[in-house]
Amino acid sequence: MTVPVEPVLEISELSVAYRGAAGDVRAVERVSLSLRPGEVVGLAGESGSGKSTLAYGACRLLRPPAVITGGSVTYRGRRLAGRSVEVLERTPPELRELRWREIAIVFQSAMNALNPVLRVRDQLLDVVEAHLSLTKLDARERVASLLDLVAIPRDRLRSYPHELSGGMRQRVMIAMALAVDPEVVIMDEPTTALDVVVQREILGQIVELKQRLGFAVLFITHDLSLLLELADRIAVMYAGQLVEVASAHAVHHGPAHPYTKGLLNSFPSLRGPRRELAGIPGSPPDLRSLPAGCPFVPRCGFATDECTKVDMVLRAVPGARDPGHVSACPFVAPGAQAPDGKGTVSEVAS
Amino acid sequence: MSAVAFVVRRLVFYVVAGWAALTVNFFIPRLMPGNPVETMMAKFPELQPQAQRALEAEFGARHDGSLIHQYGQYVVDVFHGNLGVSVIEYPAKVSSIIGATLPWTLTLVGVATIVSFALGTGLGILAAWRRGGWLDRVLPALTFLQGIPYFFLALLVVDAFAVHLGWFPIQQGYSPGLVPGWHWPFVQSALYHSVLPALTIVVTSMAGWMLQMRNVMITTIGEDYVLAAQAKGLSSRRVVTTYAARNAILPNLSGFALSLGFVISGALLMEIVFSYPGIGLTLYNAVTSDDYPLMQGIFLIIALAVLLANLVADAVYVLADPRARAGRSET
Amino acid sequence: MTVALPVRGARARGATRRAAGARRLSTKARIGALICALFVVAAIVGPMVAPYDPSAQSFAPVDILHAPSMAHLLGTTARGEDVLSQVLVGLRATLVLGLLTGLIATVLAVVVGISAGFLGGFWDELLSLLSNVFLVLPALPLLVVLIGYLPQRGQTSTILVLSLLGWPWGARVIRAQTLTLRGRDFVAASRETGERTWRVIFFEILPNEVSLIAASFVSTVLYAIGTSVALAFIGLTNFSQWSLGLILYWAQNGNALQLNAWWWFAPAGLCVALLGTGLVLLNFGIDEIGNPRLREAAGRVRIEGRAWRPADPTPVVRSGSTRSPAARPEAR
Repeated sequence: MTVPVEPVLEISELSVAYRGAAGDVRAVERVSLSLRPGEVVGLAGESGSGKSTLAYGACRLLRPPAVITGGSVTYRGRRLAGRSVEVLERTPPELRELRWREIAIVFQSAMNALNPVLRVRDQLLDVVEAHLSLTKLDARERVASLLDLVAIPRDRLRSYPHELSGGMRQRVMIAMALAVDPEVVIMDEPTTALDVVVQREILGQIVELKQRLGFAVLFITHDLSLLLELADRIAVMYAGQLVEVASAHAVHHGPAHPYTKGLLNSFPSLRGPRRELAGIPGSPPDLRSLPAGCPFVPRCGFATDECTKVDMVLRAVPGARDPGHVSACPFVAPGAQAPDGKGTVSEVAS
Repeated sequence: MSAVAFVVRRLVFYVVAGWAALTVNFFIPRLMPGNPVETMMAKFPELQPQAQRALEAEFGARHDGSLIHQYGQYVVDVFHGNLGVSVIEYPAKVSSIIGATLPWTLTLVGVATIVSFALGTGLGILAAWRRGGWLDRVLPALTFLQGIPYFFLALLVVDAFAVHLGWFPIQQGYSPGLVPGWHWPFVQSALYHSVLPALTIVVTSMAGWMLQMRNVMITTIGEDYVLAAQAKGLSSRRVVTTYAARNAILPNLSGFALSLGFVISGALLMEIVFSYPGIGLTLYNAVTSDDYPLMQGIFLIIALAVLLANLVADAVYVLADPRARAGRSET
Repeated sequence: MTVALPVRGARARGATRRAAGARRLSTKARIGALICALFVVAAIVGPMVAPYDPSAQSFAPVDILHAPSMAHLLGTTARGEDVLSQVLVGLRATLVLGLLTGLIATVLAVVVGISAGFLGGFWDELLSLLSNVFLVLPALPLLVVLIGYLPQRGQTSTILVLSLLGWPWGARVIRAQTLTLRGRDFVAASRETGERTWRVIFFEILPNEVSLIAASFVSTVLYAIGTSVALAFIGLTNFSQWSLGLILYWAQNGNALQLNAWWWFAPAGLCVALLGTGLVLLNFGIDEIGNPRLREAAGRVRIEGRAWRPADPTPVVRSGSTRSPAARPEAR
């Protein structure tokens, strides 16, 4: 179907821990994820599942006491012309070159991520001047055209962050992320703080920009419903580990892992038969005292004694239409029903 | 609320405060128990009867006309720069005494305060950015400097550097025998005499600024926009200055403004220890010799000067924080 | 689905946070608290264990300006008075003055600050104006003038005047914090449920401002002690009551420095300095409880033996985690 392309960002067996006096808290445990050029990969999970830690850790933006305890992050952008860069081994100056120019981030709260005492124009100029050597005039023109890109009037260049509306601020964040043409844009819950209408606008803008400029997106959110429409592939995280990776279509119509089934069960879809919303009982585990085996056991409708011995390796899902569909649960198949009727996903005719 | 409304509001505040200072100054001698005029007459038996009448008029002891009338006369006098006549330096006018001593305080203390603010703030930024470095280890020593009473340290410094080592003069603003004026021998002597006083002020105030700045800076470094700045690949220098320090310094700026009031109080102790010919020493002498007109006049001038300094600092703050320009003030 | 009342949550969270914080006081803060406690004990016990009457003079040549000896552990003054007794008695007066001033000023600051922050509107403007005016007026000159005018310069008048000038700092800070808290959800929630104003203030707002109020109290005590000692030093104090500042006044007057009679001024001065240091350190501790980022532990993170700064990228340590809490089966 598709010619296998080298991934532009390849995270391999990455582990991140928070080092404390009482030992390590393993926030991310041996996660492997790859991003192909122009692809949209969604990273879904509850708060505390480690999805943001994974993304920031891969860019080495986590502050002490966070420590990367294993794995590798390989970047192969077009500008590198075939070379690959090992992010975990870069020196600080090398990292600075990589940051933003190759991998940019759209932060969750634009109000907090923008410098309150600088004008929008100056913050954008900062980024442009740090990575590109343009004349002053060219730099200014580029900055102005960035605002055009996200449909913000140019007179807003002179505004301060607190003078903009929430939606406008988020669009400034997007413009900022695209300022120097990155290959990869990590979006950390970019629309969570916005109301639904603005959310749709922003998402539409993101899709349009992606098609125009061709960057890859790692979209982090707790809202799986967004990803079903937006993403090409979806990775689901729980308690710091990946539990399922599949195409968006496969996740929507045939999720393999009980957690994913539970997530899907937590929101209604516009189409399809009415059904009872079940949600997932219980709360996320304490990362300091994880049980042996699968961390989802306490909340899983399919759990058996075997689950405490499972080794949480992602395996190909037998019988899945998507060849890349992997799941950490070897016991449950797509479409399976839990013994007590929970964890059911209605099969929607696709 | 627009920026203009904000500025107007502050101006109104200062006018009110200035009026309050004026009025407090007017009422103090009239409210205090005892009759200051009698005390003065007893102290200075050589005073002529005219002086007594003048003093009585000044302090309202004669109740010449209604209180309102006296108050009005007082306000008019003040605006004409007439602050009365000093008793200990009779017949020198209070305003001329102040005119002679105020510049000494302002230059020395002003420069010393600005230097200690700059140094302290700079070191505070460094201490926060290079957390865990040698600056953090110096912190306990700095807290000691903050806890020690100023004059104690000043006395020790004088004892060590002036008395024992003889590197600097023990006291005074300039060598006695020199005539004040803008000629080099005098200026040189003045500078030489200002080293120790300035040093003691800088050393004691710097610690406070540094600790304050460090604390705010640490909080600021934890903010999302600093992380975002790092994520953007900006140089460390840019992140520290324009993103972190530029925000962290804002609360300190308003603190700096308020401390200007304490600058003049701190000068008082310094001038006593060093017998420095500033306005603080003059006030002290006035108090100990019950020279009420001089006391009153100096207090009024100090209060007004502090208000002016605060006004300037407020203006600086509004320029520095765009959010304040929108009228949203947290102070 | 039940809605967990945010009111209880915030209260409970605040309480547990504070308890946990108190347990993790840094070394600095513990030392500060220890120093202050020692001084309090000394102040209580001092006058009772003083070997001599501090004002007992003696003009016998052997007793004048004597260096520390067995008879006089801290030596004598130029008038044969025992320095140790003066310090022990004076410490109590100074400390009492500081604590009383701190108490009065802090109560005033809390009342004004919370009222201004919580009630808002006209009251806020009025109270802010009032405190700003007091803030802006220069303290020491005003004190000098006021105390210069007052015929009796006793303890009470000093306490009153110092409190009057000391409350605005705290009021300003508390007002700012109250404003922030007022906008928080849990306060809004409790008002929605109809909790009466005074209850909201006492049970929602005050508990979350405890560390701020405590820090304000400590700062005011520091200011009161420092200022009263300074005032006494320049002679504006009650001469019939021994205080640390008065000792220094007499020491200065008797040219103790020039005569190298270090035992005369050093003890009192050091007491003030140490007490001040203790208070500053204590304030550090209180700040750290309120703002976890300031904690020593949070700052001095050592990974692989090196201290890590905020600007450094996330360190990569592949040696394997130490003392992992949960046993995990090896994936093979």
